[in-house]
Amino acid sequence: MDPARKRKLRLVLALSVAVLLAGALVYTSFAGATEASTPSQLKASAESGRSYELTGKVVDGSVERKGDGLRFAIRDREGTERLPVNYQGVVPDPFRDGREVIVSGRLEGGTFVAERDSLVTKCPSKFTKEESS
Amino acid sequence: MAFAGTACLLVGLLTALYAAVASIAGARTGRRELVVSGRRAMYCLAALLIAATAVLQSAFLRSDFSFKLVAEGSSTDTPTFYKVTAMWATQDGSLLLWALLLSVFSSAVLFLSRRSLRDIAPWATAVLGTLAAFFLALMLGWENPFTTLAVAPQEGAGLNPLLRHPAMMIHPPMLYTGYVGFSIPFAFAIGALITRHTGADWIRATRSFALIAWTFLAAGIMLGALWSYSELGWGGYWGWDPVENASLMPWLTGTAFLHSIMVQEKRGMLKVWNVSLIIATFVLALLGTFLVRSGILQSIHAFGASTIGVQFLICIVVVIVGSTALVISRLPHLRSESRLDSLLSREAFFLLNNLVLVLLCVFVFWGTFFPLISEAITGTEASVGPPWFNAVTTPLALVLVLLTGIGPVLAWRRITSSGLRRAFVVPAGVTVATLVVLVALTNAEDRVLALAMFCLTAFVLAVVGQEMVRGTAARRVITGDSWTRAAAGLLARNRRRYGGFIAHAGIAVLFLGVAGSSAFLQQRDLRLSPGDTFRAGGYELTYERATARLGGDGAGTGAPIAFGAVLTARKGSESFTLHPSRNFYPTRDPSKGSIGRYFEGEATSEVDVRWGLQRDLWTAVRPDISQLEGPIQEANRKFADSSGDVQAVVIAAIAERYRTDPPPAAFRSIVSPLVAWIWIGGGIILLGALIAAWPTPEARVRRVRSLYRARVGRELSGA
Amino acid sequence: MLVALVVLRPLVEGPGREVEEDARRAELEAAKEAKYREIRDAELDRGMGKLSAEDHRTTDRELREEAIEILRELDALEGKSPRG
Repeated sequence: MDPARKRKLRLVLALSVAVLLAGALVYTSFAGATEASTPSQLKASAESGRSYELTGKVVDGSVERKGDGLRFAIRDREGTERLPVNYQGVVPDPFRDGREVIVSGRLEGGTFVAERDSLVTKCPSKFTKEESS
Repeated sequence: MAFAGTACLLVGLLTALYAAVASIAGARTGRRELVVSGRRAMYCLAALLIAATAVLQSAFLRSDFSFKLVAEGSSTDTPTFYKVTAMWATQDGSLLLWALLLSVFSSAVLFLSRRSLRDIAPWATAVLGTLAAFFLALMLGWENPFTTLAVAPQEGAGLNPLLRHPAMMIHPPMLYTGYVGFSIPFAFAIGALITRHTGADWIRATRSFALIAWTFLAAGIMLGALWSYSELGWGGYWGWDPVENASLMPWLTGTAFLHSIMVQEKRGMLKVWNVSLIIATFVLALLGTFLVRSGILQSIHAFGASTIGVQFLICIVVVIVGSTALVISRLPHLRSESRLDSLLSREAFFLLNNLVLVLLCVFVFWGTFFPLISEAITGTEASVGPPWFNAVTTPLALVLVLLTGIGPVLAWRRITSSGLRRAFVVPAGVTVATLVVLVALTNAEDRVLALAMFCLTAFVLAVVGQEMVRGTAARRVITGDSWTRAAAGLLARNRRRYGGFIAHAGIAVLFLGVAGSSAFLQQRDLRLSPGDTFRAGGYELTYERATARLGGDGAGTGAPIAFGAVLTARKGSESFTLHPSRNFYPTRDPSKGSIGRYFEGEATSEVDVRWGLQRDLWTAVRPDISQLEGPIQEANRKFADSSGDVQAVVIAAIAERYRTDPPPAAFRSIVSPLVAWIWIGGGIILLGALIAAWPTPEARVRRVRSLYRARVGRELSGA
Repeated sequence: MLVALVVLRPLVEGPGREVEEDARRAELEAAKEAKYREIRDAELDRGMGKLSAEDHRTTDRELREEAIEILRELDALEGKSPRG
């Protein structure tokens, strides 16, 4: 095989591998992703049984601790739509009223049932993070 | 005082712009004076920024709360170490740090290369000057660190307690040194492209900076991971958070760059690849700086929209577009000088290693920006989590470690097949032996991927060991030295090669730790009352009693109240105690009550870890203070206006109540096998990098002597 | 204070004192060092059995010729400034 053809073959091979990898990447990421939404979005159009990543702020005064569990209400960052959340698991240090949180789970009935240990709280200052998952 | 700082920034901005303009003018007209003047302007800029930093630091140390930054980030009771480091806990302060590091490094490289790279250096100065001007403009326009408050408060807000950890305070400067360090080779690459001097000169001049930048970036990443593991309440060291990824990506491409420049130096190949790689690394470094400060990704670090996000984005776009256009226009000058002789050569494997690293970077990039990508494509924002990242990066990591073992064995151009066979016999044997031993004696075969990684680590260590032994033997043949002298000589004369090999060994050890700790982790979350016992990872742990401590924080973070637990752990004849606790910091929010505010501020988990080479036992506790709500509210009412002393007594009483009658507390214990090897591996990598970067004495002496000779020649001819 | 800072900035517009050759010399020295390192590396590789005798001969010859070229250029530079 003359060198030019060899090089062409190598190029074709490399390109096909690249396409395959890209395909795998795209497929696995879209398949494995959880959709992020806000309380208002979930209330409007949630598919029950589907896993979502809910983001919003903790409603002041809505936090109740029972044993290992936590109940609180979450609202849009700017808005009043609220959703009750049922959570079990470790609660990160910065968690309190008014803080922005991210929690994964499903909407069941009118309540958001969270996955264990999936609560993440954003710290109001610039740098730190506290995660329990 | 603050005005002096702002003045420094303003003059600095003008100086930086002048440096850029003068250098370009000098380069185009050929007038040396302008170039020299531009260079000196850069020195001045460094001096100005050092002065500005000094002003800010003195404000912190004096607790001068008229400075907005000091009022927000420090307080009179913040320990001195954290007062000094608080500067870069804020957006404004970290911009200043970036600019400071940039100007100092630029000055250093320009000073060191002032007699060489005649054509390229002015353009590099221009690029660096423009970059510095950008940061200064950002500060002056939007985020001035020297902003003052109309009324200086009596007391500052104090440093966020989560940041009160030595590792966390060294972590930003290290990362920034890494990011800024890569801007130097970038600037010289641009200069090389503009002047069409695309040989290896720009690489030789900036290689040390690239290596130093890489080292600091690696150290910064490791410190972040270490901090996360030992400070935060979740017990992990890497969460694939966007900001973590943002620091990893330039490191990946930077590693690729360090390898591929060797190919260009030796064989004149991969010129286009190298310039593209350094451009990508620099863009990723800017992106890393930008991601922390913008709100475009849902990260736990980023929050809301920041005021300088758009400007950064524009800067990044300009850099990308400009550099790409430049590379394309100079393609004819970037042709390779030779071809690949054989696939069994170092060049070929470096190329392969580059491919794997860049692929890793692409995967991490994809996952990090997936929310934006998915929103653009499907309209809904979705994100991928650690499971996806781990699944996608693990195969590549395995291949990477394999390559770190094969690379050192090869030779440039081509290795003989007999040489190859000789080289792999011993390491292959060691690997197989490791496999057999692990399967027979441990339960490692439960996790195939981890087992594969363990064997690969053995492979790499065997290769590195063999290379050292054989190299020493070869040297002995030439010099006739004893074994130790030959080995020392080998290392000294071939610092880059053997430093690199040691770094490879470090990588293998690091991945050993990663594989062990992620595959064989045992985590338990429980609620316990004093006296309860549980088993974790072969240990029997007992919650002995609760603790409550006021003041006298051992870790030096200044926490007034700490509730915790004492646990005893037993395993066979081994027995020790653990003291995890939770620090409570007061808040200045008056709505929480005068007593309650001590409990309602920030709280951090003080983890207790029992380090071990075989495994770590990590514990954290989350005391339940909800039952203290009653007494606290009562105290709020009764003692609202009492003096500090009385309040202290009341708090002591409440604390005592917790200690004597604690409700069940939430405990988390994690047993991570081999996790200590991650840090050890990291240390080995840094050691290898240090050896590789250490300048050889002979080169220095020869360089100085030649300069003297030149001077003599010049002066004689002038006389 | 502003004025003092501006005044402190030494602006040099004087004539260039460095001769062109110094720059070229430094570059050549650096290239020479790199070339020597390559020759030594090749020797080491040969000693360790990675390079065949023939390959090493070829490589060594090429590298030494390149080194000689660099030395020649260096000498030419020095010839230009006589040392008396």
